[in-house]
Amino acid sequence: MFSLEGITKAIDTWLNAHFNSTVVLLAECVLVGVAAIALFAVLGLGLVWMERKVAAVMQIRLGPNRLGPKGIFQTSADTLKLIMKEGLTPDGADKFLFNLAPFIVMIVAMLVLAPISFAKNFQIWDINIGVLYVSAVSSLSVIGILMAGWSSNNKYSLLGAMRSGAQIVSYELSAGLAIISIVVLTGSLSINDIIQSQQNGWWIFKGHIPAIISFIIFIIAVTAETNRAPFDLAEAESELTAGFHTEYSGMKFALFFLAEYINIFIVCSIGATLFFGGWMPLHIGNWEAFNHIMDFIPSSIWFFGKTIFLIFLIMWFRWTFPRLRVDQLLNLEWKYLLPISLFNLLLMTVVAIMGWHF
Amino acid sequence: MNATQIVFWFLSALALVSALMVLLSKNPVHSVLWLITVFFAISGHYILLNAQFLAIVNLIVYAGAIMVLFLFVIMLMNLNKQTEPQKNAWLKMAGAISGGCLLMILISLVKQANEITTKTARMKDGDIGLIGNLGKALFHDYVVPFEISSVLFLSAMVGAVVIGKKD
Repeated sequence: MFSLEGITKAIDTWLNAHFNSTVVLLAECVLVGVAAIALFAVLGLGLVWMERKVAAVMQIRLGPNRLGPKGIFQTSADTLKLIMKEGLTPDGADKFLFNLAPFIVMIVAMLVLAPISFAKNFQIWDINIGVLYVSAVSSLSVIGILMAGWSSNNKYSLLGAMRSGAQIVSYELSAGLAIISIVVLTGSLSINDIIQSQQNGWWIFKGHIPAIISFIIFIIAVTAETNRAPFDLAEAESELTAGFHTEYSGMKFALFFLAEYINIFIVCSIGATLFFGGWMPLHIGNWEAFNHIMDFIPSSIWFFGKTIFLIFLIMWFRWTFPRLRVDQLLNLEWKYLLPISLFNLLLMTVVAIMGWHF
Repeated sequence: MNATQIVFWFLSALALVSALMVLLSKNPVHSVLWLITVFFAISGHYILLNAQFLAIVNLIVYAGAIMVLFLFVIMLMNLNKQTEPQKNAWLKMAGAISGGCLLMILISLVKQANEITTKTARMKDGDIGLIGNLGKALFHDYVVPFEISSVLFLSAMVGAVVIGKKD
């Protein structure tokens, strides 16, 4: 049966048989880096294509359909165009920070990848506070955004960066509380333990109403955190041209664009891990036969399937809800989502202490 | 020199150079960004001591929240080289002397403290910084001070809201 664990094991034993341990460690670090960059490239190209196709289906049109079957090579051609373009730096910009900012945003997105478990025993770093690590590091991307907005020396960019910062900082709270409610049920912050605790069913089914409420809050909060419509005030075209990346062109713009899609993938994979069991197949209690059939589907397919379903959900929001005003956005977070998620956390604690979950 | 030592020296040099750059940068935004680098270096030290929870909380609270607030304020006020007030030379000298005195006292204290000089830091095997042990210490041994400090924070928050409401 196909499994990613088997591939890593085979590479590890082959390297250990031929080289000494230091070389093996270095080679594996390089391999992990190359694999992460390859994943980024594939995700960037694939998700942009998926977004355009989903948008086209929602608006009853065809979408990209010229290059390759179903237009699948359209995004590769677009990327090639962006590489060929000149990367301009405005005259009044703070040159060093202006050129550094896209890389900061990208590196932060890469760091968050470390504790995510892509398949059974297929994880870069099994840190014992994995969930906390993810929410900590993903909150750092706002520094890159503020840097880009300020160093462009452009009022639109600065306003976009300010809006984006305020939005990310405030919606982080409810996303964090939604994550904590699952941590309360599991009793561990490690991603591996959270997945193992869903052996006999996913938390969204086992956790009753509080789990469903926290899932809804989580998906709203992460949509806002990744600056996606209907919360895309930071780059509202009609008001701010393109927000914090107005002055960027060529490959530097492409890095921001790529980081946005990588962030969507990361938050969706966290959502899939917390609420839908990560790579854990659909198990129902102790129905041995049913669980065994489900185990035949490889764990990586479960993980990517769930993640892509959540990504589709977020893309669906874009064409369903109109954009909020700034005051509505902040009211929604501070007057509705935050009190609801605090109360929900209390409810979840009661459920966990009384053992009402399955 | 093994790998841990190389990382230690690198992080220490990074922290010191960045801390100096916080003071020496002409532009306030650059100062704040250097300060963020300092916090990253200190988080790296925490990870070396196997205190992963402390490292992450340091990043969340300082690099993620407080420094973002600083950046916000400084960017909104649009401070730059021209608007920075120039202090006169006497004030700078007085600052240097008093800061130097404090540094001397701290160094002599560290040199005298037998408890520190006889013990070495435990790399990789210390476990008090892990979240389970830290949580037990906070909520079991030090529960009263912990709760009192949380009340203090709550009152500070209420105070900030009251000041903000007064138009």
